[in-house]
Amino acid sequence: MGVDCGNCSDEKSRKLLAVIEAEKDNPGSLIRILHEAQEIYGYLPIEVQKFVADNTGIPLAEIYGVVTFYAQFSLKPKGQNKINVCLGTACYVKGAEGILDRLKKELNMDVGDCTEDGKFSLDACRCVGACGLAPVIMINDDCYGRLVPDQVPGILAKY
Amino acid sequence: MKTVNIKIDGVALTVPEGTTVLEAARMANVSIPTLCFLKDINQIGACRMCVVEIKGARALQAACVYPVSEGLEVITNSQKVRDARKVTLELILSNHDRQCLTCVRSENCELQKLSKQLNVKDIRFKALTDKEMQPIDNSSASIVRNNNKCVLCRRCVAVCQKVQTVSVIETIERGFRTRIGCAFDKPLAETSCVNCGQCIAVCPVGALTENTHIPQVWNAIADPDKYVVFQTAPAVRASIGEAFGLAIGERCTGKMVSAIRRLGVDKVFDTDTGADLTIMEEGTELLNRIKNGGKLPLITSCSPGWIKFCEHNYPDFLDNLSSCKSPHQMFGAVLKTYYAQKMGIDPAKMYVVSVMPCTAKKFEAQREEMKNSSGYVDVDAVLTTRELARMIEEAGIDFKALPDTDFDDPMGNATGAGVIFGATGGVMEAALRTVADVLTGESAPMEKIDYHAVRGIEGIKEAEVEVAGIKVRLAVASGLGNARKLLDSIRAGKAQYDFIEIMACPGGCVNGGGQIIQPSSVRSWTDLRTERAKILYDEDKALPLRKSHDNPMIKELYDEFYGNPGSEKAHHDLHTHYIARGKY
Repeated sequence: MGVDCGNCSDEKSRKLLAVIEAEKDNPGSLIRILHEAQEIYGYLPIEVQKFVADNTGIPLAEIYGVVTFYAQFSLKPKGQNKINVCLGTACYVKGAEGILDRLKKELNMDVGDCTEDGKFSLDACRCVGACGLAPVIMINDDCYGRLVPDQVPGILAKY
Repeated sequence: MKTVNIKIDGVALTVPEGTTVLEAARMANVSIPTLCFLKDINQIGACRMCVVEIKGARALQAACVYPVSEGLEVITNSQKVRDARKVTLELILSNHDRQCLTCVRSENCELQKLSKQLNVKDIRFKALTDKEMQPIDNSSASIVRNNNKCVLCRRCVAVCQKVQTVSVIETIERGFRTRIGCAFDKPLAETSCVNCGQCIAVCPVGALTENTHIPQVWNAIADPDKYVVFQTAPAVRASIGEAFGLAIGERCTGKMVSAIRRLGVDKVFDTDTGADLTIMEEGTELLNRIKNGGKLPLITSCSPGWIKFCEHNYPDFLDNLSSCKSPHQMFGAVLKTYYAQKMGIDPAKMYVVSVMPCTAKKFEAQREEMKNSSGYVDVDAVLTTRELARMIEEAGIDFKALPDTDFDDPMGNATGAGVIFGATGGVMEAALRTVADVLTGESAPMEKIDYHAVRGIEGIKEAEVEVAGIKVRLAVASGLGNARKLLDSIRAGKAQYDFIEIMACPGGCVNGGGQIIQPSSVRSWTDLRTERAKILYDEDKALPLRKSHDNPMIKELYDEFYGNPGSEKAHHDLHTHYIARGKY
């Protein structure tokens, strides 16, 4: 990852440093910086947060507080394929929880985690705006609707 | 100043523009309950305990953040207001670990007091289940966090970030999962926490407490083989009376000594003697550095919170730190070497207890560097002022009724210079008294030894004094936020000094993290720093000896044991070294 390198020779840290330099004097810029950092690294591990702390002067504890406050920031890496299970009202009453449980079982992991091979990550979200297809899951930009748990292994096999 | 006319509960009054409703109500002798409020430090309207009705406003408003304006009408005690406060309090209590009977803050708890004040008789919402209980963080040598008692007022976060700029705690996550903790939920001991304990001092409940040494101290007292020696820091006498109903600022040194003696200890000594010794060593160090072109500015090292702050954040200043151990560590070293030899006591059997206004001393006492003088730790246990008060209470001693008694000879007779160590500027003043006499070779008359320029509660004080023809540039900082400002200005080349005193706590040790806890209702409106410091300056004034080098015990100690200040033996026993620690 290389973010803790002192001279920032790797490209990702250079990119993040440029973002920080451009933003750091603007009040309230921490969230923007963290968004960019997540874009660059895919998630916000401790090394990235320390890098932001070192270069902005914002305390690490405060950064961690912001990262854990907002659901869109992730402390864990995302997979090559990002699965999002809709737990909005319509999907929920149509059995989204059963779909989610089956995904957890098939992938042997919990919500928020990433498979060891980095292939899949699993998240739950609120309404994706496809209530007519409930229950719905998204994998990257693909949408799968009117699901029953037994369809899950077949869908995963496509990736 | 522009003023506005307002009405609070029908009472008309004129107050300065910009005053909050809460402050204005105080002026009208109307008391509005608060929980998260801490004047100037935490005014965020988070807890909603102070809600009031404001005529024309859509909803109830938080009085602590609502500024007055012309014609404002406030109602503080309508049914609507009382009901709203009560429901909010019930919700706060719903997931509070209500172990009041065994809580260290029982009867000194702002939540408990509010519950009584708001007449809460039934908590309709369920308590915490075992599953929802959060683990207690007792990793730190100084501070214990029990989040099950936390009310999320954020006072600890505010003092840690804004006042001390240590910034190791924050609010984590959101909603019902919200908690106060360190980055990546690391235990406190693995962070750059400096153990100052200011978070404990402002906690309204029992979520933050010191890591207690009471059980081992009782055990040592009960052990017939142990020779138990207590030493008390100067600032302890400036606060302990508050635990027993004495007024803030009421001197009670004699009662404190009597109380400790009645706990059953073998000797009660005064850490001020250690402070006098520190002055001899530190004064010599300063003189040597000035004369021999050593590293300047010299920065005092009495405050272990400051030391750890420096180790984490300003490692480039470690060589500026005085190598002197802090007074209680020096004193512990003297007790286990010189005093033990003289009295024929096996140092292995001596148990030294330091009573301190400080939680950072608990961390300091267990540092590896503090074991080199006698081969044993210099200090075996550190009690805060609060812990001593608890022991006195547990022993059934009626503190207020105690007679005054003196510290034990020969280590109990300190000078006024040692006493003022407990207030910001005190170490500096004590050092100047000695350095001036050493340099001139004369004894300055009593009327010339008060250095008023370094007294008072301002966060940063600067002065230039002429000592025997040498100009010495001084700076004094208390509170780590102020220390940071001062060091940053030195780093940037904007300021130059020869001698700097830094104390971690705002106002110095009198306002230390181990002192008796005063609720926000007192803290916000009384300057504890000034009131408590007054006790020390009065005691200094009343003492026959007011310069460390005039202390006959100190003279004897050098004649019989150490030779001269700064000698090799003194260095071995009384000095230490520091470690650069990471920023996180």
